[in-house]
Amino acid sequence: MLFRTQGRKSKKIIENYHRQQLTEGLFQKCEACNQIVYTEDVIEKKHVCPNCGHYFRVTPMERLGMVLDSGSFEEWDKDLKTKNPLDFPEYEKKIARMQQNTGLSEAVVTGKGKIGGIETAIGVMSANFMMGSMGMIVGEKITRMVERATQKGLPVILFCCSGGARMQEGMMSLMQMAKTSQALKHHSDTGQLYISVLTDPTTGGVTASFAMLGDLILAEPKALIGFAGPRVIEQTIHQKLPEGFQSAEFLLEHGMIDKIVSRKKMRKVLYFLLQSSGYHANGKGEEKNG
Amino acid sequence: MTESMEVEKDELKKRTLTAWEKVQIARDNDRAYTQDYINHIFDQFMKLHGDRLFRDDGSIVGGIASVDGQFVTVIGQQKGRNLKENEKRNFGMPYPEGYRKALRLMKQAEKFNRPIICFIDTPGAYCGMDAEERGQGEAIARNLYEMAGIKVPILSIVIGEGGSGGALALGVANEVWMLENATYSILSPEGFASILWKDSKRAGEAAECMKITAHELKELGIVEQVINEEEPITNINCQGVCDCLREKIIDFLKKYRGKTKEEIVEERYQRFRKY
Ligand SMILES: [Zn+2]
Ligand SMILES: [Zn+2]
Repeated sequence: MLFRTQGRKSKKIIENYHRQQLTEGLFQKCEACNQIVYTEDVIEKKHVCPNCGHYFRVTPMERLGMVLDSGSFEEWDKDLKTKNPLDFPEYEKKIARMQQNTGLSEAVVTGKGKIGGIETAIGVMSANFMMGSMGMIVGEKITRMVERATQKGLPVILFCCSGGARMQEGMMSLMQMAKTSQALKHHSDTGQLYISVLTDPTTGGVTASFAMLGDLILAEPKALIGFAGPRVIEQTIHQKLPEGFQSAEFLLEHGMIDKIVSRKKMRKVLYFLLQSSGYHANGKGEEKNG
Repeated sequence: MTESMEVEKDELKKRTLTAWEKVQIARDNDRAYTQDYINHIFDQFMKLHGDRLFRDDGSIVGGIASVDGQFVTVIGQQKGRNLKENEKRNFGMPYPEGYRKALRLMKQAEKFNRPIICFIDTPGAYCGMDAEERGQGEAIARNLYEMAGIKVPILSIVIGEGGSGGALALGVANEVWMLENATYSILSPEGFASILWKDSKRAGEAAECMKITAHELKELGIVEQVINEEEPITNINCQGVCDCLREKIIDFLKKYRGKTKEEIVEERYQRFRKY
């Protein structure tokens, strides 16, 4: 009713109204279809646009809220301090600003939680924190999570999302690829399950390490997933990429991932995969009969 | 080589080179490439081909070699010296099948208890559509992962350009050495400058701050040894450096002969765990 009023003046009023509502968070604008949508509807639909089905980026806490049993999350290694191995100018300041803007200490949140009572180590990367780039702290938090999971006999679920390496940390950033991958190898050698979930965008060093190492690799619909970014490829081959190149659907078709899973079904799918890999509400292999 | 370049190179010998000069040297067309090292260091070498999945990638060479009576598996990125050669070598930028060939040879080495020696020299993994379609990210990731579990000693030597993940995919080793004028970096200085400063012309400045030279990386603990180059190594003058490398490789093999499989894997784990 509110939006049906006509005339230039009333349009202005409506625009102002929208702006106000947007800032108050009651409504939000979908970046894909440009529709103004109710935030409440968006949240109810697991951060998917009720109009066009676009997947909004979510914060790690929102993500954890969507897949874990409520109240089951225990965060690990929250306060590791970012280092500046290249003494890159203004890097500490940039990190401090990011921390303030996002409320996160780095580009990944790790810990443990439960899905349908089954305990699991879980990590979620954030695109909002320096494009989810992998520096020493991201690598260290993921490595500690995996090592702890190995010790405790827990599976690992990792929601990936990254623009690639943390340039400001130079070669120390590159080394995180080896560090995290070898931790996953040891985890796997003890018979534990690792599920990686690729979300928009997963590229660069993260794709070339833990993102592609899952026993099971899931992806969200339409997520951009690749080693080189689309622009780098276009510059290399001097031509435009076809529509949908490096989308989750493209990777599925080319045999690179197991399954595309909607947000709505993610928790159920994860539960099924944990259960079918031998994990139970009381830990692996300790199922009670009857 | 032109005369002016000759003079320039003589001058370079006399003073400490800047990081940006080293970038140029590491990329030089006259630089000694993997095959040059293989020819000068090892007594025998038999090249082996293919990933058994798709094709034989010419940008990675590998095979079985012997040195001082010991058999080893040797793998490295191979650049071409001209356009014709680079049709096959792709400027040393491997496709996924190149990394998969490398991994196949490493697994083979492990099975037959041959230590592995990798020569790293790549601007980076190839960034084309076909490379993406065949899983470039997966191929590199798989190498990092599997190398972590390989039960024979691995030595990686950065001889020219160590370009990012495409280099690391042959670099999860027990020891990593670097030629004095080689570089090892998260991306090219040009890329670094264009991403962080939106100006690829500041590449020289980027090279200075990125810590990509052998001595800087030794200080950071990324490499164990820096191999001295009296003058920038080329395919013509490489005998001296190769003789020195041969001795060092023999020492490396001796040092690891006394270690158990578990020690070899655990030491490699701890090496990368510290970063
Ligand atoms: Zn929409
Ligand atoms: Zn295709």
